[in-house]
Amino acid sequence: MNQQTLLTPVVRMEHISKHFPGVLANDQVSLELYPGQVLALLGENGAGKSTLMNMLVGLYRPDSGSIYIRGELADIQSPQDSMALGIGMIHQEFMLVGNMTVAENIILGLRDLPFVPKLDEIKTKITELSQRYNLQVDPDAVIHDLSVGEQQRVEILKLVYRGAEILILDEPTAVLTPGESRDLNKIIKKMLNEGKSAIFITHKMDEVIEFSHKVQVLRRGKTVNICDTKEVTPRDLANMMVGRDILFSLDRCPFNPGGVKLKVEHVTVNNPLGSRPFLDDVSLEIHQGEILGIAGVAGNGQSQLTEVITGLLPCSAGKIYIDNKEMSHATPLQIIRAGVSHIPSDRGAMGTVGDMSVGENLSMKKYRTKEISQGGIIKRSFMRAFADKLIKTFVIKTPDQNTCVKFLSGGNIQKTVLAREIDSCGGLLIAVYPSRGLDVGATEAVRQNLISQRDKGNAILLVSEELEELQMVADKIAVMFEGRIMGIKDVKETNTEELGLLMAGTTTVRRDA
Amino acid sequence: MRLAVVKRDTKSKSMAVLIPLISFIVSLILGAIVLLASKSSPLQAYSAMLKGAFGNARRFQYTIVEAIPLLMCGLGVGIAFRLKFWNIGAEGQYVWGAIGITWVMQFWKFLPTFMLLPIGLVVGMLLGAAWAGIPGFLKAQWSVDETLTTLMLNYVAIGFAEYLYINAWKAPYGNMGTPEFPEEAWLTQVWGKVHSGLFIALALVVILWFLLYKTRWGFELNMIGKNPRAARYQGVSIKTNIVLAMLISGAICGLAGSMNTAAIAHRLTKGVDSGYGFTGIIIAWMAGLHPFASILVAIVIAALKTGAESLQIAMKLPESMGEVLQGLVLLPLLAGTIFIEHRLKIIKQEAQ
Repeated sequence: MNQQTLLTPVVRMEHISKHFPGVLANDQVSLELYPGQVLALLGENGAGKSTLMNMLVGLYRPDSGSIYIRGELADIQSPQDSMALGIGMIHQEFMLVGNMTVAENIILGLRDLPFVPKLDEIKTKITELSQRYNLQVDPDAVIHDLSVGEQQRVEILKLVYRGAEILILDEPTAVLTPGESRDLNKIIKKMLNEGKSAIFITHKMDEVIEFSHKVQVLRRGKTVNICDTKEVTPRDLANMMVGRDILFSLDRCPFNPGGVKLKVEHVTVNNPLGSRPFLDDVSLEIHQGEILGIAGVAGNGQSQLTEVITGLLPCSAGKIYIDNKEMSHATPLQIIRAGVSHIPSDRGAMGTVGDMSVGENLSMKKYRTKEISQGGIIKRSFMRAFADKLIKTFVIKTPDQNTCVKFLSGGNIQKTVLAREIDSCGGLLIAVYPSRGLDVGATEAVRQNLISQRDKGNAILLVSEELEELQMVADKIAVMFEGRIMGIKDVKETNTEELGLLMAGTTTVRRDA
Repeated sequence: MRLAVVKRDTKSKSMAVLIPLISFIVSLILGAIVLLASKSSPLQAYSAMLKGAFGNARRFQYTIVEAIPLLMCGLGVGIAFRLKFWNIGAEGQYVWGAIGITWVMQFWKFLPTFMLLPIGLVVGMLLGAAWAGIPGFLKAQWSVDETLTTLMLNYVAIGFAEYLYINAWKAPYGNMGTPEFPEEAWLTQVWGKVHSGLFIALALVVILWFLLYKTRWGFELNMIGKNPRAARYQGVSIKTNIVLAMLISGAICGLAGSMNTAAIAHRLTKGVDSGYGFTGIIIAWMAGLHPFASILVAIVIAALKTGAESLQIAMKLPESMGEVLQGLVLLPLLAGTIFIEHRLKIIKQEAQ
């Protein structure tokens, strides 16, 4: 790749700074990206990666510094401007309209569209592009009906349809299965061969090594290191990001289960719209002081399992017991009162209220207790003290506790949910993808936290897509496939191959190309 | 060059004060253009309006009297709006309040006279609550769209009131309207035309502010309004709270109706559907659903109405001109609120 240094960089950002009230999100950050290159942008939650990229696509404007595209000074004032320069971004949360088709989504917002678009021509072009890049999607499919991986393909198609040459991917694999990640890697490689280039925001070290040519590490808004990917190991990168050594194994007490905390017996949850039930005759139990991991590709009933236990989804058949008391048809409030905490998979749509403050969000479980309210009246001073304590313990990066949660970075929103739920845990903790979107340092802290809850005698149901995480943290692993439990294995007596086979349902063939 | 509206990075507090002021100036200019076009002096017209609204004690009292039901309807719909429940049925709920007190005054003869007023007010409140509870229940139980149900129920209420004062409950003399309430059961006047309902309205402001900003229930309503899924996940029942908020919303609008009837008309008659419920929607919005801010907004809107009336008399302008001016004031004020959260950006012609 040496000849590349002779070329003009496609993107050059020089001494970019950006202030938000109370935070300096970017401090004199410079960045260069050459044609055909993948640059991995690495950093802890709130290190300023997304902010930097949002300036490149015109969502924010830098306070100072300049941006050059293909050697020319660019004044990017809006996403349309950046699109015109051939820059396209795929955000963590997809920007698709759920009840419109793939083709409609792709042309949505195009400026030079005729009043009555010729949908047939558009669909032909979409089909051509999707064949060229191996992005199989049906242009007539409605977004609702697509898997997360397919939706991401639509996002990529949207960009190539608009002629994007510079792709920015914000944690693109966070929501993908391992197979889908491999596909994505192939797609990106193909695009690079055509002279496109990409910037890749991620927390996963393996992907940095696998996908990128160059790594740039940000810490607290500043660049701390830029290096060739070939010259570094994942461990080096982790240390650069956090600025200290990271533990890759965790201390834990020996497995010493107590009484049965949660018992799920032959639970079925019907799906009013589909032929296959969400949950099909699921049985499991968790003891005090035990972590039961739920493995499986997303969308195989994991979220329905957690929602039926927490009373958010009606139970069609079967029984659920908490502390030997039947709770099959309890309301969410009764479940909370029984000491159950729940870290939901969607931190924005369910876990937090974006337009309320960090302090209020942290108090959303305990506001009913004497710690925050008295006689139905909320004591603001109690709430402030309580929130300050959690912000400190869980190292939530926020200007202050009155800031709206929606202004925090994704990882810090996740930490807000974690802090609230772990703090209020009274015996059973249900954690769905608790480390999703967190950097290595914070992931380590979450895992350590789960284990210390277990050591304290709490029962934990941990849903994760990363087998590695489950093997590190859980005592037993249950594998889910198409709403059924394929098997429950003791962590010490199983291996990745066996779990992987169960995750694939053993009877079906993977659809990987 | 083009203009674009973009979201501000942070909410601007100074803008929250500045923008209504600027909007108001814009509306005065717009109004001046219309007035000039109809060959009247804008300055004279505006000073006539100002005098009409606040010029002397009598006019000022009249403005306050207008502001009382407006304030209450604004408070009422504001509670439902917090839950993003679009109660546009305040008008109907107000009318039921008026029906309720008339029913008590006219037919509950077994009550001692001094009991007629308090019980009448309460019955009006309850009927308003029940009328609002119907769309609340339909929404909670079967997700029936509340904008349609609340709107349509207005016309049912208005029609029923008409049937009562023209037919069923009509006084033996005259061609419409029920008999007048006994004078001992009227709402007392405290300062000129201003009646004691003022204290009820102001007390409600304080009570609602406390409920919404200080209590656990207010916290829950806030959660539901801003993210219902998160609220449900935190154990807050959305169904119960929708019905509850609608009952309270309807009760306040109903009380506005029964109170105003006991204070002004003293009977159920034509004009009971005078639009307070609809104007209340504007008040709730302009006040940002804040109870204290609603007081100020209600007075401004009431002043516009009373001012426009005297404009007709002083300037010999047609009645419709007053309405045009009211509309011209409201439009920039409502449109201006967008700039509290957004700003205008000038985009130069694309380079190259």
